[in-house]
Amino acid sequence: MSTRLVTFTLDGRLYGVDVDLVQEVLRGQPQTRIPLAPASVSGLINLRGQVLSAMELRARLGLPDRDADTEAMLVVVRVDGEAIALRVDTIGAVIDVDDAQFELPPDTLTGPARDFLLGAYKLEGRLLLALDVARTVAA
Amino acid sequence: MDDMDEIVQEFLVESHENLDQLDRDLVALEREPDSRDLLASIFRTIHTIKGTSGFLAFGKLESVTHVGENLLARLRDGKMSMTQQTTDVLLAMVDTVRDLLGAIEEKGGEGDLDVTAVVEAISAVLEGRASAPAPAAAAPAPVAEVAAAPVAAQPVAAPAPVAEAPVETPAPAVEPVPAAVPAALAVPAATPAAPAEDDHHDDHPHRRSVAESSIRVDVEVLDTLMQLVGELVLTRNQIVRQAGVQADADLTASAQRLNLIASELQEGVMKTRMQPIDNLWAKLPRVVRDLGAQCGKSVSLEMVGKETELDRSLLEAVKDPLTHLVRNSVDHGFETPAERVEIGKPAEGKLTLRAYHEGGQVVVEVADDGAGIDPSRIAAKAVEKGLRTPAQLAEMSPNDVLQLIFAPGFSTAKAVTNVSGRGVGMDVVRTNIEAIGGAVEVESVLGKGTTCRLRIPLTLAIVPALTVECSGDRYAIPQVSLLELVALDADRAVTDVEDVNGASVYRLRGTLLPLVRLADLLGVESERSDGHVVIAVLQAEGRRFGLVIDRVLSTEEIVVKPLGSQLKAIGAYSGATILGDGTVALILDVQTLARRVLNTEATEIERATETETRVTVDESQRLLVAGLGADRRVAIPLSSVTRLENFPATAVEQVGGREVVQYRGSILPLVRLADFYGTYSDRGAEDLVVVIYTVGARSVAIVVDEIVDIVEEGGELSSDVTGHGVLGSTLVRDRLVEVLDVRAAILAADPTFYSVDDTQELM
Repeated sequence: MSTRLVTFTLDGRLYGVDVDLVQEVLRGQPQTRIPLAPASVSGLINLRGQVLSAMELRARLGLPDRDADTEAMLVVVRVDGEAIALRVDTIGAVIDVDDAQFELPPDTLTGPARDFLLGAYKLEGRLLLALDVARTVAA
Repeated sequence: MDDMDEIVQEFLVESHENLDQLDRDLVALEREPDSRDLLASIFRTIHTIKGTSGFLAFGKLESVTHVGENLLARLRDGKMSMTQQTTDVLLAMVDTVRDLLGAIEEKGGEGDLDVTAVVEAISAVLEGRASAPAPAAAAPAPVAEVAAAPVAAQPVAAPAPVAEAPVETPAPAVEPVPAAVPAALAVPAATPAAPAEDDHHDDHPHRRSVAESSIRVDVEVLDTLMQLVGELVLTRNQIVRQAGVQADADLTASAQRLNLIASELQEGVMKTRMQPIDNLWAKLPRVVRDLGAQCGKSVSLEMVGKETELDRSLLEAVKDPLTHLVRNSVDHGFETPAERVEIGKPAEGKLTLRAYHEGGQVVVEVADDGAGIDPSRIAAKAVEKGLRTPAQLAEMSPNDVLQLIFAPGFSTAKAVTNVSGRGVGMDVVRTNIEAIGGAVEVESVLGKGTTCRLRIPLTLAIVPALTVECSGDRYAIPQVSLLELVALDADRAVTDVEDVNGASVYRLRGTLLPLVRLADLLGVESERSDGHVVIAVLQAEGRRFGLVIDRVLSTEEIVVKPLGSQLKAIGAYSGATILGDGTVALILDVQTLARRVLNTEATEIERATETETRVTVDESQRLLVAGLGADRRVAIPLSSVTRLENFPATAVEQVGGREVVQYRGSILPLVRLADFYGTYSDRGAEDLVVVIYTVGARSVAIVVDEIVDIVEEGGELSSDVTGHGVLGSTLVRDRLVEVLDVRAAILAADPTFYSVDDTQELM
């Protein structure tokens, strides 16, 4: 059994989300900030006439902020019929991973990432962290 | 289309509806042959068709329905009973009637359909020939055959009538046959006129069958359409804006055309989602009856304006509040029959539901002729519940006191009943109605009755809104909550924005308006540092407050987009929208903001102060001061000013050599004050600042350069300094301001503006 994932990077690490959940990936869009919103929701974007919330994944996963001059990329995922844009550093590729490579997160993993990671795929030379999209975008 | 045609058309629509019902009734009748109701209903339908066809001189139709009616009459009176054969011939009759109607619809006449077989079959059954038991084998057979024959044969015969039809005449469909043929057909001359005309127009599309002119559509399809139209409106806004910037005549023309088409399309799609309010009202008679019985009250229900249409999502939202109001009326509004008789009212109370359109909104009234609400009782209750102090109440008008019934935790029921009176109802009614951008108010005359009025927007999806700026971000405020805008320059802001124990207030026409800074509410930094204060005066929860913003941008029709689940909980926003330049703007949830900022404490402070400082100012003494370029200022009496608006320059259209603008569904003549006075406008051409001035039922749009201020009339009008179009001049804050001769200015733009009827209402 293999799983198909869309990969992206955050703070030098490689992450992946189930390809079936991904609607599209696109370059960063102008955002409208939302005062009073939770820190992880960074703003609203106009995606061809639809208003989407954008979530800053770095903030969500407890990673340091992105450099101000680096443009974010967006991974638009659809969960329970609602689309939401995840802000990431760079987009990787669509890859097939073997379920045999999968391992649950190590017990030493703590912090916000613990709740949002399904586990890791042991690729050659680096780890691919599988993101639990539903939990990540849950309010 | 002449009158006769209209009557025929109506007859066809009605008959088609009836025939479908007939089919079902007949089949049902077979199962329960004794049902008098079914028989009576079938009889009525056929009778109606017969009567009308006789009147319209459709001879064949009349002869078929005539025998059919005879048969039905005997069945109804119990002289015959239903058998397989009777059902068969009756169904055959219905089919024949349908074919005849089809022919009438298509060709305007009965054509060459042969009805004798059906008439004969029915007559046979009628005379008992078929049901005679003796020649069982022979007799029933032909009847059944004859009865079945028209059913099968007609569809074939009807479309190709000429070829074999051996009957009277060639069909009128082949050629435009003049009067001679219809005469032979014994059809009145008026009727064939229409088909003859139709035949001349071969390119004319085939006339739609009446039964096919409406279809059922999945609501989801409509929702999607609505959404797409929403997108189109947004794109339209963007293009119109671009066209304005580029100053390309062709592009501007196309943009204007797009503008019109998009508006019409939007309107058309909106219409598809409209449903009559009757859908909502249908279950209320039962509610009233049951509840009346339960409360020991006798109430008749009258419904006016059933056909008034509302967007279906709104209908859904209005359902509960409306039901609650009706229940409330029956439970609390009416006296008992004994009490009513005692005070000389009819024992039976009258509850009236009324729905109508007014000013781009739908108004739904629930009116009873019951005891009415006593403001003093409301007042006493409000004090008892700690909602208001006696001092505050003394300052309120009786009408304002009445509106307290919508306050949370209020109930006027003497005893809590299991029907209503739990003290949450009216509060919930208001919350629900305001949630859909509507408003609710109550009027009552003691002893005469109470009227609750719901004002509901026509649709939820697209709302007029004011866009404002705060801390560099743009926000939209729905117009329904917006009362007016006040701009104070730095000097005036210092003196006019006062402090009441830490809460800032502005003296708006003598009453204190509590001020809230949007930047503070949202936890952002205001970018306004020049000391100017811009206030949007908002109304929500029955109270007014001023929202201090950085800048007012424009008024726009915005398409409301829902927010994601993470953001709904914030509560400050009711949705988002995409502005003309493609950026997203949040829509402020004025109700929630009001609830958040107008805590009782703050309101009490404000009200307490208000009682001390209240100054009554007569509206008629107030003047709107507008700038007109070259430092010229004119004052317009505020009493007739209904709104201040911004129009894009492209909104100006020409009608009969005069400039007009479309505004809220009507066309307003445009008066350019600068032209009127012969001065030059300093303002750029891209948009117009407009004062909507209303006299009687008519309005006019007065174009000025800028709105400067609203002032109390500053002393005597010195009429010695007058000129063209000037009534006089007056001093406002040490500046000379000319008072506009509004009448002269309007007449200059539209000499017909003051029609005979409303001349007396002038000035």
